[in-house]
This record gives sequence, structure tokens and C-alpha cells, in this order.
Amino acid sequence: MYLIISAILLPFIAAAVIPLIHNRLGRLNIGWLALAIPLALFAFFIYHIPAISAGDTFTETLKWLPTVGIDMTVYLDGLSLIMALLITGMGSLVIIYSIYYLSSTDSLPHFYAYLLLFMGAMLGVVLSDNLMVLYVFWELTSISSFLLIAFWYHRKNSRAGAQKSLLITVFGGFAMLAGFLMLHSMTGTFSVRQIAVELTQYANHELFYPAMFLVLLGAFTKSAQFPFHIWLPDAMEAPTPVSAYLHSATMVKAGIYLVARFTPVFGGNSAWFWTVTLVGLVTLFWGAFNAIRQTDLKALLAYSTISQLGLIMSLLGLGSAAMYSGNSAEATAAFGLASFAALFHMVNHSTFKGALFMAVGIVDHQVGTRDIRRLGGLMAFLPFTFTIAVIGSMSMAGLPFVNGFLSKEMFFTASLQALDMELFGTGTWGWIIPVIAWTASVLTFVYSAIIIFRTFFGAHKPEKLDKIPVEPPAGMLVPPAILSFLIIALFFFPNLLGDHLLRPALSGIVPGIDGGAPHIKAWHGFIPELWMTVAIIVFGTILFITLRKWKSIYSLFPSNWTFNMLYTNSLKNLENTSSYLTNSYMTGHLPHYFAYIFSFFVFVAGGTLVWSGALNINLSNDSPLSVYEVLLVVVMALAAIAILFTKSRVSAILLNGVLGFSIAMFFVLFRAPDLALTQLVIETVTTVLFLVCFNYLPDWKKEISPKHVKVRNAIIAATGGLTITLIGLSVNSVDLYESISGYFEDSYELAGGRNIVNAILGDFRALDTLLEGLVLFIAGIGVFSLIRLKVRKEPNDNEN
Amino acid sequence: METLIIILVGILTAVAIYLILSRNLIRLILGTAILSHAVHLLILTMGGLKNGTVPLLGEDATVYVDALPQALILTAIVISFAVTAFILVLAYRAYQELGTDDLEEMRGADDE
Repeated sequence: MYLIISAILLPFIAAAVIPLIHNRLGRLNIGWLALAIPLALFAFFIYHIPAISAGDTFTETLKWLPTVGIDMTVYLDGLSLIMALLITGMGSLVIIYSIYYLSSTDSLPHFYAYLLLFMGAMLGVVLSDNLMVLYVFWELTSISSFLLIAFWYHRKNSRAGAQKSLLITVFGGFAMLAGFLMLHSMTGTFSVRQIAVELTQYANHELFYPAMFLVLLGAFTKSAQFPFHIWLPDAMEAPTPVSAYLHSATMVKAGIYLVARFTPVFGGNSAWFWTVTLVGLVTLFWGAFNAIRQTDLKALLAYSTISQLGLIMSLLGLGSAAMYSGNSAEATAAFGLASFAALFHMVNHSTFKGALFMAVGIVDHQVGTRDIRRLGGLMAFLPFTFTIAVIGSMSMAGLPFVNGFLSKEMFFTASLQALDMELFGTGTWGWIIPVIAWTASVLTFVYSAIIIFRTFFGAHKPEKLDKIPVEPPAGMLVPPAILSFLIIALFFFPNLLGDHLLRPALSGIVPGIDGGAPHIKAWHGFIPELWMTVAIIVFGTILFITLRKWKSIYSLFPSNWTFNMLYTNSLKNLENTSSYLTNSYMTGHLPHYFAYIFSFFVFVAGGTLVWSGALNINLSNDSPLSVYEVLLVVVMALAAIAILFTKSRVSAILLNGVLGFSIAMFFVLFRAPDLALTQLVIETVTTVLFLVCFNYLPDWKKEISPKHVKVRNAIIAATGGLTITLIGLSVNSVDLYESISGYFEDSYELAGGRNIVNAILGDFRALDTLLEGLVLFIAGIGVFSLIRLKVRKEPNDNEN
Repeated sequence: METLIIILVGILTAVAIYLILSRNLIRLILGTAILSHAVHLLILTMGGLKNGTVPLLGEDATVYVDALPQALILTAIVISFAVTAFILVLAYRAYQELGTDDLEEMRGADDE
């Protein structure tokens, strides 16, 4: 029973079927049909919770390419399960939302096919144990993301955003693939679990660090970590359900998942610890800092997503210390808290960011803009949306009574732990971790406040809005309302999630921590973490109120030295350089192309002949010369050379006739009567054909090419002739294989013909001869139609 | 004998390539015709020359020359005739439409 593999394949099958049955549904929205898939899968994965939380794991293997170690191996453990639940759960909500969000003029079958394609790919990423299979699904998520960002492809920005996301994430994907191959060359396996077991022996291998950084590059590009974050704000051109689903809840967490999955492989290494932690912290700060200056609500949420992803990433970095081999059991448990917090915050982020994206989508949908300079005072018009946005923002800012508070507190605990970790040099530099964590959290508070106060409070500006705002249909409110409910429920019953999902998932990141998994508590007493939260509220409020006064610091940053400019300029230069290069040799001039072809022939064929030592001239096998043959050779050589110098086209064609008829003579001398006859006929017809054509063509002009062109052509021609001669002589001098022609000498017995050549053409290779007739026929049709075809004349044709 | 023929093939090939590299359409077509002559001779030579009698069974001989290259060349002669005829008419038509037989002048515009 390949149940889990079928679960991965189901969305793919549905994606293929949906466009086919779309027209038969009548008025039923195709989204309802698409909804059945994630709902069924969500139930399927829910069903596995009891077994997983009891410590079981499930493995299924479908042989694919066993000789190279590539099999469709799926592995369902706590970590995969939590991701799978996010993918299918959020997927269900987003599809409900999208049914009401998208207009009937949008191409719905495309949308749901892409969305299901993504869902299947993403499930494949989180359930694959085999790295090559994981890689294939990984790139499929990039492709489906590309398709969904460019869903409104008539917009220039959508196409640009889709291209940017594809270029950056696929670049990272390639790096990751290289990393996977290095891991394979070290350990000899593509299975993540096997690699985790075996790689400890290879810590000093020269490929260890390259593999680590290449895998991280894949994770960082996918999860929009600094400085690869630039694609995520541009990806906001996608429809809002896509932003909520791919670009905040699931796909951007693929990088997080990858880092979590590879913590047992690389964790406990100081390079891994510092890279993941610092990249995460820088991203956390930079995302939060830039979110504040945004005026587009979705761009603000995009930067906030970048920032939150950085937070989760840094937690995974801190948590990787648990894998350090010299740890005591208590230290492992203590450091494992960070990984636990990462998982917890990942779930929380999906809930609150999903709710916020949907709320912003409602504002956009109902009001016609999401520019905060035009918004304000919407609380009275959109009370439900307002409530949802407040709950989401509170969670994002880490305020009490919502789930974000719990994971934020754990984040502070983990960052403070770095102070007395005494590992990897944290004694010297560890203090920057809580400092950045706290500063970024203040900024997070500020932008969370901006969302609420700039959109829903203040003066309503009807003159700047296209529509009078009213609450949307219930279908758009239900999904974010469910998420809001979860946000609050998770605060009061966090251990429901913690014990049944987070704890088994944690043992996927930190194997052997089972007993030491933390218990989530809201109240710890007056500990530093609490004072940090209090300070955030105080400083955050001050900063929000004085926003106008300090906002000018953003203008201190040069606007033309950003990573976006770097990307845009690189792309532009790349395009210019490649078009310059291509135009420099694709000239549209046929003789140039012929020159490339013949030069290439001389270099490759002649070069191979000389450098491989195949050049070998042995004249001893030659048959004897006779005077006729020598005369014919001299005649042909002179005729050929004379063609080059003749001034009249008629003499040129007659010289060509001399060549043709001389060859017929050669055929006679070389015992080939059939060839001689054919050649005589064909040569006669060809000469006549040339002469007829000349009647319609202008007289030869003298070649007026510049001298260097003529010299170049002469060199190519001479070396080409020389190459042919040398190859011919070398081939003639050795006898590598026995001739196969003896077979045909039984032609009378085999084919009933005494003329061997005729027997070959008419019997042994009769099909070839038939097709030869077809070629003649096609050429005849071509000739006929070229003569008869009349092209409609354009008025300003350059006919002279 | 073979050496001499191969050298002739080389000369023919060089002439053919030079003509093909020309700007004039008729020279180009002539070049392809000569190139096929050269190739036919080369194929025949590779099978060995004059090392037997005509490949007709019933001749009083035990050794025949290699018949396979002859069959190949027979096909090639016909095909090269078809190709020559086609490009000759193509040249004719191109001249009718464009008013030139100079490849330099036929060069397309950038956006084509």
C-alpha cells in the first residue's frame, strides 16, 4: 500500500484533470472541486497524528532508479507531518478564500491547476527522504510559484516578479543540487536519514563545507533570507490567496524545513551555527526595518514575512547547538528549546500571517486599494476584517493572549541562552544575538501597529477611494476567522499542539531529545523575557508615535546601491552582453555561416586527426596508375581551378560539365557501369537546367568582396581541402574493419539479381530507394510550387 | 592511384568550399554541385579501386570491386541532382522576388 505516495500524487492528478472537466461543471465554481483535495489530504494527515505523537514513523519506497540510488522514498515523521498539515490545512482555507476573491473573468482552471500542482510539489518536498526526489519537487514548487505569481500575466510587474523569483530560487536550487551531489559523493547515499548517520565520519572531508554552504544557499534563496530576500516583495504581484499560501505560509518555509531537516546532518558545527543564526538575525532585522517604510500593505506584509522567516531561521541556528557532540543531556534539552520555538513560531506565523494576508486581501478587494496613504478609518466599515487584522497583528507583535506571545518569549529565552552557551565562541559575540532579537522585535511592533492604525483608525478618506467599503461575502471572512480562532486557541491550549505535533517534530531535528522536549507555559514569573516584552511595548509605542520624526533616516540609505539595483543591473548587463555576443556572429549573412561551418569542420575533424595521432599515410596499397586516369585527373584539376577564375557563367557551367563527364569516365575506369550511365544522364540534365535558369538570372558580376575576405575564404577553402585529403589518405592507409560488402555478393541467391548494385538498390535496401524517390518527389513539388506560387505583393515592396 | 584520386578530391573540395563562401548565389550552387562530385569520388575510392571486376555476377571472375559504395553513390547522385534543381529554382524565385542574387543584399532586417 503506497498511501503516502498516493497522497503526494493526488494533487498532481487533480491538477491534470481540472482543466479537462472545467467546462462540464456548468455554473459550479471549479474551486469547490479543488477544495476536496486538500480537505481529504488534511484528514489523511490528521489521521496519522496519534501514531506519530506516539513516536512512530512511516516509510514507503517505490523503486525508481535503484541502480543509481534514486528511489521514491517517502518518510513521514513529526517534522514532515507538521509541514504536511500546514500545506493541506492552509491550502483548504486559501482555496475557500480564493473562490470568493477571484473574479469570474480570471482563468480559474489555470489557477487551481497551478495551486494543486504546487500543493503536490510541496508535499513531495516535505515527505521525500531521497534527496534527488526532493530536489525535483523543490524545483516544481519554484515553477508553480512562477506560474502563480505571473497569474495576471498581462501585467508587466507580475511577469517581472515571476521572473525574479524564478531566477533567484532556481539559482539556489541548482546550488542545493550541487550540495546534494557532494553529500552523495561523500556518503554514497541520497537518503537524508542515512546521510545524517554517516556524515559524522566526514567532518574533515574537503567537500564537507562546500556541501554545507551549497545546501544553505538553496534554503536561504527559497526562504527569502538576506540578501536573497529581494524576490519576495516582488512576488506580491500574485493574487492575494497565493501570497497568503505560497509566499507566507508554505513555500517560503521550504527553506526552513530544509535547514531543520539538515540539522541532524550538519548541526553541532560552528560554521552551521553561526551562518544560520546570523543570516537569520540579519534578515529578521532588515525585513522589520524595511517593512516600516512600505506604503503598500502587501509589501509591508512581504517584508514582515522576510523578517519572521529570519526569526525562525535564527532559532534553528541557535537550536543546532543541541547537536554538539560534547553536550550534556541538560544542555541538549536546553538548546533544543530554540528548535522547538522555531517549529512553534513556524506554525504561529502561518496562522497570523495567513489571517493578515487575507484581511489585507479583503481591504484590497472591497476598497480597491491597499496603499496606506489612501486608507484610514475602515474600522466602522469592515468590523469583522478589523477584528481579524487586530488579532493577527497582536500575534505578530508578540502581545499576550495570542499565540505569537508564547513563541516570541521562547525566542527571547533562546537568544538569552546564547549568552551563557560557552560554545562556538558565543562568549565573545553571543551578546549581539539578544540585542538584534530585541531591536527587531521593537520594529515588528511598530509595523504591526502601522497595519492597524493606518488602515482602520484615523480619518476615512472617501475621496481617495474607488468604492464604498462594505464587508465581503462570508466565504472570504470564514478562512481568516478560523485562523484567528486558532491564534487565540493556541495561546490557551498551546500544549495540545506542543505535545502532539511539535514534540515529535522536534525529535526529527534533534534526535534523542524525546524526554527533554519543553512544555509551553504562558506565565514564567517576572523573568527577563517578560521585561523584554514590556520594553518592546513601551519603545515600540514611542517609535510609532514619533514615526514622522525619525522616518527620514531611510533617506540616508542610497537608493541606487540596493540589492534590487544589483539584480536589475546584472540582468540588464547579462541581456545586453548576450545579445551583443549573439549579434556579433549571427549576422544574417549566409557566407558567414558557411565560414563557421567549414572552419569548425577544419578545426574539429582536422584537429582530431592531427592531435589524436591518427594521421598515417601509407601508399603501398595503391593500385597501379594508368595513363588515362592521370590524364583525367589533370583535366579535372585544371577544370576545377579554372572555374574559380572564369569571367563568364556559361564557361563556368561548361567547366562543371567537364567535371561531371570526367567523373563518368572515372566510373567507367573504376568498374562502375551503372554509375557511369546515371552520371552521364544526370550531368546532361543538370547542365541544361543551369543554362535554362541562367536565362532568368542576371549575369555574373565580378566578386567585389574586400581582399581580406577573399584571403580568409581562400584559407578556409585550402585547409578544408587539405583536411579532406589527409583524412582520405589516412583512412586509405589502414584497414581497421573487414568489409561488409561480401554479403551482397550472394545477391543471386538472396535477391535473384546478377547485378549486385541493382540488387542492393532494388532489394536489399529497397526501402531506402523508395524514400529516395520520395525525396525526388518532394523536390519536384518544391520546384513546381516555387515557380507557380504567387505571393501577394505589398504596396511598398522593394521590387526594382 | 588512390592517392592521386584523393588529392584530386582535396582540390575539388577546396574549389567547392571557396565557391560556397562566395556572395553570388550561382557560385554557391555551383560549389554544392562540385562538392557532391568530390564526395562521390571519395566514397568510391574508400571502397578500393580496380581491385576486382565489374560487380556483375556471371562475369568470369572470383573477385569483384566493392559494390556497396556504388550503390550509395547511385543514390547520392540522384539526391544531389534533386537538391541542385531545387536550389536553382529557389535562386530563380529569390531573384524574381528580391531583384538580386547577391547574398549580402539579401541579408534580412534586424527584426526579422
